[in-house]
Amino acid sequence: MGLIVSENLQKDYQAGEVTVRALKGVSFNIEPASFVSFVGPSGSGKTTLLNLIGCLDKPTGGSLKIGEADVSALDRKQGASFRGKNIGFIFQDFNLMPVLTVYENIEYPLLMVQEVPVKEREKRILNLLQAVGMLEQKDKYPDQISGGQKQRVAVARALVTNPMLVLADEPTANLDHSTAYRVIELMKKMRDEFKTTFIFSTHDQKIVGEAEIIYTLEDGELTGKQVKGGGKNA
Amino acid sequence: MRNLFKIAIRNLLRYKRRTLLTASLITIGVIFVLVFISISGSFKNMMVGQITDSMLGHLQIHKRGYVASIDNLPLNLNLKPNAMKKVEGVLQTIPEIESFSPRIKFGGLFSNFTETTNIRLNGVLPEKEFKTVPLMPSRITAGKKTLQPGEILIPDLLSKGMGVKPGDTVVVVATNQDGSVNGKQFIISGVLEGVTGPGGRDGYIHLNDAVEVLRMEEVEISEVAIRLKDFGKLEKVNAEISNLLSGEVTKQGKPAFEVHTWEKLSPFYNIATMIDLMTFFIKLMLIAVVLISIMNVMIMSVYERVREIGTIAAIGTLPGKILSMFVVEGFCLGLIGIITGNIFGMAIVFILKLAKITFAFGRQEGLILIPTVNVGDLLVISAIVIAVSVIASLQPAYKASRMEPIKALRSV
Ligand SMILES: Nc1ncnc2c1ncn2[C@@H]1O[C@H](COP(=O)(O)OP(=O)(O)OP(=O)(O)O)[C@@H](O)[C@H]1O
Ligand SMILES: [Mg+2]
Repeated sequence: MGLIVSENLQKDYQAGEVTVRALKGVSFNIEPASFVSFVGPSGSGKTTLLNLIGCLDKPTGGSLKIGEADVSALDRKQGASFRGKNIGFIFQDFNLMPVLTVYENIEYPLLMVQEVPVKEREKRILNLLQAVGMLEQKDKYPDQISGGQKQRVAVARALVTNPMLVLADEPTANLDHSTAYRVIELMKKMRDEFKTTFIFSTHDQKIVGEAEIIYTLEDGELTGKQVKGGGKNA
Repeated sequence: MRNLFKIAIRNLLRYKRRTLLTASLITIGVIFVLVFISISGSFKNMMVGQITDSMLGHLQIHKRGYVASIDNLPLNLNLKPNAMKKVEGVLQTIPEIESFSPRIKFGGLFSNFTETTNIRLNGVLPEKEFKTVPLMPSRITAGKKTLQPGEILIPDLLSKGMGVKPGDTVVVVATNQDGSVNGKQFIISGVLEGVTGPGGRDGYIHLNDAVEVLRMEEVEISEVAIRLKDFGKLEKVNAEISNLLSGEVTKQGKPAFEVHTWEKLSPFYNIATMIDLMTFFIKLMLIAVVLISIMNVMIMSVYERVREIGTIAAIGTLPGKILSMFVVEGFCLGLIGIITGNIFGMAIVFILKLAKITFAFGRQEGLILIPTVNVGDLLVISAIVIAVSVIASLQPAYKASRMEPIKALRSV
């Protein structure tokens, strides 16, 4: 059984009089601990799909299950609490809280989303800071570190709640190539360490190469699936 | 909870200038209200104190109908010994009463053997009278601060107008209830400074002398002035006395007594009410200032942080938490304003107190203003500011909590 099972997933946007079909029946099955990328040209529906998987939006048709739960009909509060428990997010613009330090940004979900006891909190945060190589900068504020470093912190924040799934929409679009590459490497390393499923979308062909499963989206339809290296996902 | 406060404070510090401006606005409002309340309050207390403690007493009891014709000082509306016994009996059972003083009030003629003029007199038992209106001795500007039988305390206007001074002998002539005229010689024991308000220009003699001048067969009392231990219990005691005396009825079945608080007996009650009304409006203005400034800041904060709100909502922060984040921020802003306002306000009040500002009330000059902030006022104002801060943040905070994460994240 897959971690994420999508069948004939559809999404329409209403733009005034016009209905935009952003997803025209997309089906796929993602196994736990996969390292998956959705690629495609601009406007192909990557963000739309990731928003649906992330329970940030509701599909117009079809079904979507994440870890056995039907997430296509969650209301706003249920959605928030499902995301808080099960999904980590990495954003294109890092989106760290500017008033919180590196340490506090990673701590945020453990205080404000989940309620994790002090000892456990500290252990997890320090462990992740170590893993993403930001331990020395832990008391700096976001505006005192580089873009690549911010995204490392964001990776740590996404993982600190031990989610089953981390979603990243264009996580490297604002980074130069080598930094982008290192962030993707970091995400992969985290997948290996924490057995968390990572799904990211990108334009960047060189970055795409790092994914183990690559889905190609074109004009709201899945037009290809490429499995590389094999092996890692059973 | 601690975390909510940490985030709120940091966000307030993030826009230092704006926070400073808003907090100062609230601070200024609070200072203004505190200073106004303390000054007007001290003025009001002094005024009420002057009136009640120098002649009126806190409460008065009369035979029903007396107050309506008090200007004539009617002798036929006095309390007979039986009625007086009832009143004394009732007053002695109420522990809140500090003292009471029976008075015989009448009008007569005052003569220094060359000139004659009108005088209004109170026959009192000096010990009881001085206990009931303790500022009375301080009104005696010349002569002795006591009153013995055979002596008279005269108002200063009379002293000046008639050219008499303590130690002089004068005659008081009065017509009694039956129409017979009687006179008696008195020695002036002291001159009384006048006070503003009814009864402020009366003279005083001993109760026994009044009985003698009026040729009363039995002692009849015109009014009983009452002083309470705690002025704050005025309404309670008033109700209690009225209730205890309400059983007494005349032959016609009407109540025999009437009880009045100082408020009903002095026109200065209106001024006191006016001061209260002004205080109320000043508080209303403070509420408006706090409401508008906090709401303004919080609307800006939400507007500026749409993406942050989108982010925290996306990673699973529940709407209620987001709401409380912003409400706590407004709360903290109000709190900063009220704390600094209280500190500065109290400092200013303290300085005003040290400055010993004097003012005149009626004909009394050189009254020293003693502005004090009482804890109750401080708490009420603080509570108002805090509550209004929270209310003002509610709408922006609610808006933040209802934001769609995807929309919010898309905004720049
Ligand atoms: N809120 C919206 N209202 C109307 N149409 C929308 C909305 N969001 C997306 N679309 C449309 O849906 C389609 C898919 O958009 P989407 O953002 O998912 O593409 P994308 O693959 O993420 O593109 P990009 O690579 O530029 O980010 C596009 O045609 C877009 O114009
Ligand atoms: Mg996109």
